[in-house]
Amino acid sequence: MKYLDEFRNASLTKNLSEKIKKLVTENWTIMEICGGQTHSILKYGIEALLPDEISLVHGPGCPVCVTPLEMIDKAVSIASRENVIFTSFGDMMRVPGSQYDLLAVKANGFDVRMVYSPLDAVNLAEKNREKHVVFFAVGFETTAPANAMAVVEAKRRGLTNFSILCSHVLVPPAIEALLSNPYTKIQAFLAAGHVCTVMGFDEYLPLSTRFNIPIVITGFEPVDILQGIYLAVKQLEEKRHQVENQYSRVVLKEGNLQAKKLLSTVFDIVDRPWRGIGVINKSGFKLKEEFSDFDAEKIFQVTSLSTKESSFCIAGEVLQGLKKPHECAAFKNSCTPEHPLGAPMVSSEGACAAYFHYKKVI
Amino acid sequence: MCLSIPGKVISIDNSNPDLKMGKVSFSGVIKEICLQWLPDVQIGEYVLAHVGFALSKIDEKDAEETLSVLKKMGDLE
Repeated sequence: MKYLDEFRNASLTKNLSEKIKKLVTENWTIMEICGGQTHSILKYGIEALLPDEISLVHGPGCPVCVTPLEMIDKAVSIASRENVIFTSFGDMMRVPGSQYDLLAVKANGFDVRMVYSPLDAVNLAEKNREKHVVFFAVGFETTAPANAMAVVEAKRRGLTNFSILCSHVLVPPAIEALLSNPYTKIQAFLAAGHVCTVMGFDEYLPLSTRFNIPIVITGFEPVDILQGIYLAVKQLEEKRHQVENQYSRVVLKEGNLQAKKLLSTVFDIVDRPWRGIGVINKSGFKLKEEFSDFDAEKIFQVTSLSTKESSFCIAGEVLQGLKKPHECAAFKNSCTPEHPLGAPMVSSEGACAAYFHYKKVI
Repeated sequence: MCLSIPGKVISIDNSNPDLKMGKVSFSGVIKEICLQWLPDVQIGEYVLAHVGFALSKIDEKDAEETLSVLKKMGDLE
């Protein structure tokens, strides 16, 4: 596939690997923010191409992993009602709630459907006027404009039977929270390329300056990731801290202005809890008051939920780069992709599932 | 979840000014993709698509330059 195959080229990855080995003189810890990058790193064995001095830690950029347990339980509660068609991206279906996941709700006979796009959910609402269609709107800045567009489009079509359960989160406040943790080991970031496709990278400039940390906007293929690591290591070795754009074939400094305008039309920025991490100030989106008719939380008024996390799961520490998945006693024992205790074992972009599938751990 | 893939725009439908759609080919798999946020996109150009929406055009010249710099990096050894 054009623009994928070239960036998986073996001789280019070898060149970059050798360049990094020649460049490095000290130990450096680099975090890739995005779960998609974690998946690529494990799938393509990128750590094996790096010198021992470079340690990669895996970030919280996995919506499946950080969507709060309470929100999963709300989704389960809303999906378990007559006259509701509950729609979601496939990877949210198996995230464990306190008691059930969405697939269990479907197995119990309720109408839970996977969709490819939030617009599919809007079309479903138009065809099923007697039912209420709820879309589980999770994700980072990459996905938020699509979900905003679904709301705007439902309003334009005059639909009164469509709403979203909104749990959007934002990358820059998470970076700030990670770097504010006194125990952090992170010395440079690979920022999430597709988030920056929408948002651009102006927001990262003050973070890089304030925390003296290199931030490299990075793509998702092996050549992209190795080039991102090369640029980050070069900055670290030269004692520089700047924002660089490795993924310039799709990321513009200003991002996508139309998509950003839509975000500010539909959403307000609010404090959001992150599963395993806690509340991060101004780290997410909620629907603006003028779109509250499309807010599933207001429509369904789910209250008196009592949430219960697994006491064995160390997902919070994994998501902050403080521990690696195989340092968890439950890893591959009581926690597997078939029976996950925590969300990072569910999605292919969760660090625990990526380690389970691709990494040989002795 | 931020997975986005490159595809080639093969048709554009401007009939709804609020929801510009188009057919995009992903190595022969054709899907309806919203092109609303790319006002100047042309047939034949490559876009990066995510959950049914094109987020960005792919800059062909930039991609070629990156690959060429990386190839040269190896040749200089």
